[in-house]
Amino acid sequence: MKPAPFDYYAPTSLSEALDKLTELGYSGKVLAGGQSLIPAMNFRMARPTALVDLGKVKELSYIKPTADGGMAIGTMTRDSVVEEDLLVSERFPILVKTIKHIAHKQIRNRGTFGGAIAHADPAAQLPAAALLLDANLKVLSKAGERWVKAVDFFIGPFMTVLEPEELLAEVVLPPLAPRTGASYQQVSRQKGGYAQAAVISTVTLDGADRVKEARVALFSVGEYPLLASKPNQVLAGQVPTAEAIEEIAAYVAKNECDPGTDIHGTEEYRRNLVHVLVRRALTEAVQQAKK
Amino acid sequence: MTESTISKSFKRNEDPRLLTGNGNYIDDIDFPGMLHVAIKRSDYAHARIKKIDTEEAKKIPGVVAVYTAEDLGDYWRPGPLQVPPPTAIKGSVFHARPLECIAKHKIRFSGEPVAVVVAESRYIAEDALDFIYLDVEPLQYVGELEKTLDPDAPLIHEDLESNLAADVVQEVGSWEKAAAEADVVIKKRIVTNHVAGAALENRGLIAVWDDNFKILNVWATTQGPIPMRNSIARYLGLMENQIRLMNPDIGGGFGPKIMSSQIDDVVVPWIAMKLKKPIKWVEDRRENFLGTTSERDQVHYAEIALKNDGTILGVKDVFYHNTGAYNPYGMTIPLNTQTHVISIYNIPNYYTQIKMVFTNQMVVTPVRGAGRSHGIFVMERLLDFAAKELGMDPVELRRKNILPPEKLPFRTGVIGQDFVENVLDSGNYPLALEKTVDAIEYEKFKKEIQPKLRAEGKNKGIGVIMFTEGTAVGPYEGAKVMVGVTGKVNIVCAYSNQGQGHYTTLAQIAANQLGVDIKDISVVIGDTGQWQWGVGAFASRGITLVGTAVHQASVKVREKALELASKLLNTPKDELEVADGVVRVADVPEHFISLGELAMRANPTRGTVEEGMEPGLEAASYYGPPHGATGYGCLGLILDIDPETAKVKIERLVITDDCGTNINPMIVDGQIHGGLQMGIGEAFYENLVYDDYGQLVTASFMDYLFPQATDMPEKFEIKHLVTPSPLNPLGIKGIGEAGAICVPACFMQALEDAFEGMDLDITQSFMGPSKLFHYVQKAKGA
Repeated sequence: MKPAPFDYYAPTSLSEALDKLTELGYSGKVLAGGQSLIPAMNFRMARPTALVDLGKVKELSYIKPTADGGMAIGTMTRDSVVEEDLLVSERFPILVKTIKHIAHKQIRNRGTFGGAIAHADPAAQLPAAALLLDANLKVLSKAGERWVKAVDFFIGPFMTVLEPEELLAEVVLPPLAPRTGASYQQVSRQKGGYAQAAVISTVTLDGADRVKEARVALFSVGEYPLLASKPNQVLAGQVPTAEAIEEIAAYVAKNECDPGTDIHGTEEYRRNLVHVLVRRALTEAVQQAKK
Repeated sequence: MTESTISKSFKRNEDPRLLTGNGNYIDDIDFPGMLHVAIKRSDYAHARIKKIDTEEAKKIPGVVAVYTAEDLGDYWRPGPLQVPPPTAIKGSVFHARPLECIAKHKIRFSGEPVAVVVAESRYIAEDALDFIYLDVEPLQYVGELEKTLDPDAPLIHEDLESNLAADVVQEVGSWEKAAAEADVVIKKRIVTNHVAGAALENRGLIAVWDDNFKILNVWATTQGPIPMRNSIARYLGLMENQIRLMNPDIGGGFGPKIMSSQIDDVVVPWIAMKLKKPIKWVEDRRENFLGTTSERDQVHYAEIALKNDGTILGVKDVFYHNTGAYNPYGMTIPLNTQTHVISIYNIPNYYTQIKMVFTNQMVVTPVRGAGRSHGIFVMERLLDFAAKELGMDPVELRRKNILPPEKLPFRTGVIGQDFVENVLDSGNYPLALEKTVDAIEYEKFKKEIQPKLRAEGKNKGIGVIMFTEGTAVGPYEGAKVMVGVTGKVNIVCAYSNQGQGHYTTLAQIAANQLGVDIKDISVVIGDTGQWQWGVGAFASRGITLVGTAVHQASVKVREKALELASKLLNTPKDELEVADGVVRVADVPEHFISLGELAMRANPTRGTVEEGMEPGLEAASYYGPPHGATGYGCLGLILDIDPETAKVKIERLVITDDCGTNINPMIVDGQIHGGLQMGIGEAFYENLVYDDYGQLVTASFMDYLFPQATDMPEKFEIKHLVTPSPLNPLGIKGIGEAGAICVPACFMQALEDAFEGMDLDITQSFMGPSKLFHYVQKAKGA
């Protein structure tokens, strides 16, 4: 379990990193925290010709509030730093809750916020959180910058719209509306292990407790994180009832996810989990919104 | 007289060194010019080898050599058989097919070694593996136990008539008669799960040949230093004392590290002698899953015959035992299964048959629990099915049939892994049952708590099962105890320590005789340069066998010290005492001589000695029991199940255990904790899965799940009974496997209890959440 030979570059500035990525083209692979890439390389499942390690690019590591009440998080910010940031916990408590489910503390000290999103593991928490929170992703290359919405970013398992010479530089989270509640629901075999099914949800209520918006992101049950459409279709403008939530949960489990059978669970069991977890997530998010 | 050092929870002598990062593990050992080995393992589960092309691999810069079985020439030979079958069981059949270090003509499991690369680094060695090409004729994979003996099943060993590896029948009384007289006979197909013995540290071996002195130094993570040294000596044609085999610190064993005659100990020393370079092989996790041994895979056709009042008349158990591609470890595991089925209850009639079969899977050798857990699982499940059928409470049925203390020692009539009749030596089984039932408040839970929970729609269930743990089998172990000129004491043995705490417990035993602080007692374990005799760490035998040898040697050393002190102090022996590092006159404590001074005097360097004198304050001793010592206990569980997600939480775990004298109760509890974690793993997490082509699907910790520390219940409630074993002077029994044996049976009983009115009918020892979900769906009729 040693990696195949590779070239290693450790640029100390963003512009140097972008130069190197342009030079390497398809041969280059960005190394952020190494949480996922290094094990894949040790298994020789990933065999990049060259690694561009962003560990020394200090300018990519930051958490900044945005003027509209959201947050901007630099791609190299360690998960544990986001987890412990006071402003993040004030503005996006659901994000802190989500990060706590990523593996274990030691791994969160290495794993990076942007790295996990760019890696696009269908079973990972942060791509789903980016989708749920409607993140805006700043993509840089030597040629310039472009912005991609999270909903357009993921195109397959471990696949995103990033070109080889590009890197994900910043994740901007728009503010949550007032009276927004949220919930994180997951079933995994081990604590900190891969989810067999997981759901993150936000519900925003108006003054009369009618739903303004209901968002449900699913992960570990498809090729990439999924944003279910049924919840908002059914609930928008309505006072959420247990019956409506149950109907949504059943629909989403049947029609809006694609869990397969693997050694740890059958498709039937995992669809059942989606059903249960969507119901629990929406119910809890509504309760939270009312608080 | 100083206080006894036995039955005290001393903090471990070894911990400051290990916890501050000062351990020395196999991969920490490095020599200038050392070369590294990587093993090419077959992707095929079953194939005939036509050609192995290593030419391209040899051309890679940094690769020193590549060897296949052909390159080993006459050195290549299978075996030896590590454990022979017992001769005491009449009519038994055993077809010995010991390990082949590297596949030569045929590949028999996916992961079997086919070539080795020697290179300047492990990285380069692994690079070269990709350039070794196998030309083979693929053969059909044989994996399903019950189909291995079909007439059209492909033969794994083609010189045999079938894939049958062993067939052993043992019978006590007459099952036929029991079945004829019974009111009820229940028959079930019961499956035990295939699990790994994954230690934190994998295996490894370093060999350094000293061509000047003709000495081979070997460091190995083996659980059996002496057998491995002997095996290497036999292969290489060396005298035993030309090989010094040493255990570094070892990060866990759990059974698979007992194996020798594998590629590491056969081929790595050969390479070291051939190339005259230090050679290192350290197994990685993937290899450990694919190529190292595993256990538990059995299919039982079990029957129980009872009277309507719950009296057991007999048990019949015919079972398939998967031995994998070879059977180097004889019949240890299935014999343990045979003995443990009837080790707790009055079962006058018992028919048991082993059908050991070869499959195209990794080799099966003992893993903590080693056959015992299967026997307990089968018996306890049968009792639960019987209780349901008879409308009896499961605990009541156990009470009715349990062996009373006055029946012990009890000869079961079944030959066990130590080739002699299994004898349940001592204890009070009903007391263990009642202690657990009381502690977990069984009656209250069933009568008061559970009905309320059920009314609230909650699924909580309780289980209580009994178990035994056959431990401390022969043949023997030995040790030497010496007082040095500093007055400090040194113990040497060739056992093996993977975390059991021997640096402390053996010191406690010697301190008890020699009156020395346990911190002043050093222990050398597993260095064949310092001690020549012993067998190895398996069957929870260390503290009983080595501990007894240390005790006996310490008694001799004490006697020697007293003899000499008596002369020097001019005082009769019976007026002397050994304490605080000195021998002194009991009534005149200021009249003393230190142990260090005695050690000097015991080794005179001029003058003459008396005839028959043996120098030094030193003695060696050996101990071998007539049969194993049997520990036992009772486990109680309360499980809380989320019926929607099938997630299971262990709300309470109460275990009562009797392992005789506890040398160090804290270490005993630690063994129980670790065992329970493995048991919980077997019941709910761990599962080795082969696909339909013989590929191991669970070859990493991403896929093979075990319970982590964070998945454990908050508390284990451990109760002790102490019935000293009559078999050895300190009254010790082993404790290494208790926890690993007892969990699955109790887990399944509690699961069934949690779903009132449903007949879950669980007949397998693994019940992960998805499986449980489907069992519940099926029972609902959905």
